[in-house]
Amino acid sequence: MTTLAEPPRHQFQLDANRTAADGDRRAAVRKALHNYSSARDKTGATFNDWKSARNAASAIKHEAVNHLDRYLEEFESKFTARGGKVFWASDSKQARDYIIDLAKRKSVRAIVKSKAMTGEEIHLNQALLEEGFGVVESDLGEYIQQLKGEAPYHFVFPCMHLRRDEISDLFHKELGTAKTDSPEELTMIARRVLRRAYIDADMGISGGNFIVAETGMISITENEGNARLTVGLPKIHVALIGIEKVVPRLADLALFLPMLATAGTGQHMTGYNSMYGGPRQPGELDGPEEFHVILLDNHRTRLLADPEQRDALHCIRCGACLNVCPIFKNIGGHAYGTTYQGPIGSVITPHFRGLEDWKHLSGASSLCGACTETCPVGIDIHHHLLHNRRNAAAQKPAKGEQLLWKAFAFLMQRPALYRLASRFAPLGSLLHPLVSGSPLDPVRSWTSTREFPHAPMRSFRDQFREHQAAKKGVASSGTQQGAKR
Amino acid sequence: MNANSGDRNAVLGRIREALREEAPLKHPAERSAGGAPTTAHFREWLPPVGSRIDERLELFTRLSQTLRSELTLCENIAAAAAAVTELAAQENWKTIALHKSDLLDGLRCLLPASLNLLTVDEGYDKDALEACDAGITQCELLVAQTGSVCVTSSNDGGRVLSVLPPHHIVVARRSQLVSDLTEAYASLASKYRGTYPSMISFITGPSRTGDIERILVLGAHGPKRLSILLLP
Ligand code: SF4
Repeated sequence: MTTLAEPPRHQFQLDANRTAADGDRRAAVRKALHNYSSARDKTGATFNDWKSARNAASAIKHEAVNHLDRYLEEFESKFTARGGKVFWASDSKQARDYIIDLAKRKSVRAIVKSKAMTGEEIHLNQALLEEGFGVVESDLGEYIQQLKGEAPYHFVFPCMHLRRDEISDLFHKELGTAKTDSPEELTMIARRVLRRAYIDADMGISGGNFIVAETGMISITENEGNARLTVGLPKIHVALIGIEKVVPRLADLALFLPMLATAGTGQHMTGYNSMYGGPRQPGELDGPEEFHVILLDNHRTRLLADPEQRDALHCIRCGACLNVCPIFKNIGGHAYGTTYQGPIGSVITPHFRGLEDWKHLSGASSLCGACTETCPVGIDIHHHLLHNRRNAAAQKPAKGEQLLWKAFAFLMQRPALYRLASRFAPLGSLLHPLVSGSPLDPVRSWTSTREFPHAPMRSFRDQFREHQAAKKGVASSGTQQGAKR
Repeated sequence: MNANSGDRNAVLGRIREALREEAPLKHPAERSAGGAPTTAHFREWLPPVGSRIDERLELFTRLSQTLRSELTLCENIAAAAAAVTELAAQENWKTIALHKSDLLDGLRCLLPASLNLLTVDEGYDKDALEACDAGITQCELLVAQTGSVCVTSSNDGGRVLSVLPPHHIVVARRSQLVSDLTEAYASLASKYRGTYPSMISFITGPSRTGDIERILVLGAHGPKRLSILLLP
């Protein structure tokens, strides 16, 4: 959780330290993720050829993202022809203002919202609340997080870190319901509360998983049916979507929907996959009178302008890279302090919110490449973390570190000096315990969390020389043993 | 900024500016001439279905089980009505909602008179629909590859009937079972020819959530049960 004033880097370090030491929480997260990976492996194995499917998905997103202007215009013209309204927002303020203004003009009284990370990104709920509009999150996980007053922990599984007893206590406190340890009963409590919300709301706000250029539709993927109700019952539907979410053709979803489900949750297909192309059409018996799509830039074009990392915009937000990430498993979602957590969040956040403030996230990686391996659209995630590190170093070189590397290079290019230095290393090793951990310790940032390696009395060079000498001795004495090796 | 379309020119301008430099294609895939891979290829990579109708039906049946959809093969519309009547007795239904269609009109007249029927076609009261024990719809298609039921807003009782009542009953014909999503989209495209309904929804099992400790619970917001009555 981000508190004010702390720079993101410090906040990250504090939160990461704290959560990494919270064994219970980590165990809960590990258990949840274990169930995920077995489901995913099983479903993935039913594909005839996952790798080719992945290459194709990557190629389709490449086509879409690299011709984004054309596809967005195509979407706009098709969508407006069917009575929809498109609003282009450069930043979060424009998007918020549009929604607030619309709500005022239409005298909206109650708003229901289905899951939209873009909503988190632009701090929509808070803005609406300040203007006097109550918003109810209808996705169960988001609803729980909203009651708790906490940001989502994971952009696909918002409350994966909470145990059922914590949720039961929360409901007891906020809704006055009896305590229970049954996930089913807890779900039914939320179901009862939220049913009213759909019926009472006159505006429904959703996100969107895909923008279909060819037919002027958006596609929403969900399991609960809450999005279906959110955009089915209220008289106004507003969808807030990042500009990068485009696929060229409707039939492309035949590939993306099963892949999103498999990578996201290990399902063959998520419970509800719905494509919406306009408000209620003539001859239809229900549906909203108005349908507004807000195309949100909010610095996505900065990432687009970097050809090296442009493919990070291919992301379909399945969350798989978080689920396999050893860092995410240990520090959890809140430590990131970002809307998009995990490896992909670490890649894109510096582009959205500034490299200087968010470069530390790119260091929070073991570079194991599990994220890249698992990504259904083949984004080179862990290399992009390296690119961010490189760009950060170029943008604002760390003077001390540069000096250190220069000294190191100087030393390495002079064998005699190196030999001399390595003679003194054991001495340093001997003296180090005297200052270790104290402010005088020259390698304190290392020793505060790790052991500093000891320099042995005999260096590798010494040992090698002795070994060679011994071998020569043996060889010249006529046996074959040494030569065999 | 324009009050209607917002920062359209600015956003498009930044996109065009950004795209002046080309990005390398990292994963060259099989491609049709000069574009993205053709949708005909998807079939080779996605989970296999089998080309015969009985193979499709078998896969759909198997997936329905895993998804906890309740699939019943009915010999004729009378058998379907009997199945609904039985469910109504089991769950003690008072009111069910449905829409008009040739298929459902045949069913409607075979239902017991004790059951109240709410017809949604001329509009409905939201609270009244919410209070119904079940909703009956027809569908566009069934998809073998994923175990899904495809409904649309213009054909199958609007946007809400299939998702608001706690039990959704779908009445379908065997000929509506297509092999995969590619075929489903092709079939929708040829039926609607560019004037699509405002909603196309693939429903895959009853409403579900795993948000609490990743434990599966059915009936999160939408139907707790999904029954599919399949006619020849
Ligand atoms: S980067 Fe890839 S794995 Fe991560 S959320 Fe996006 S699509 Fe999924």
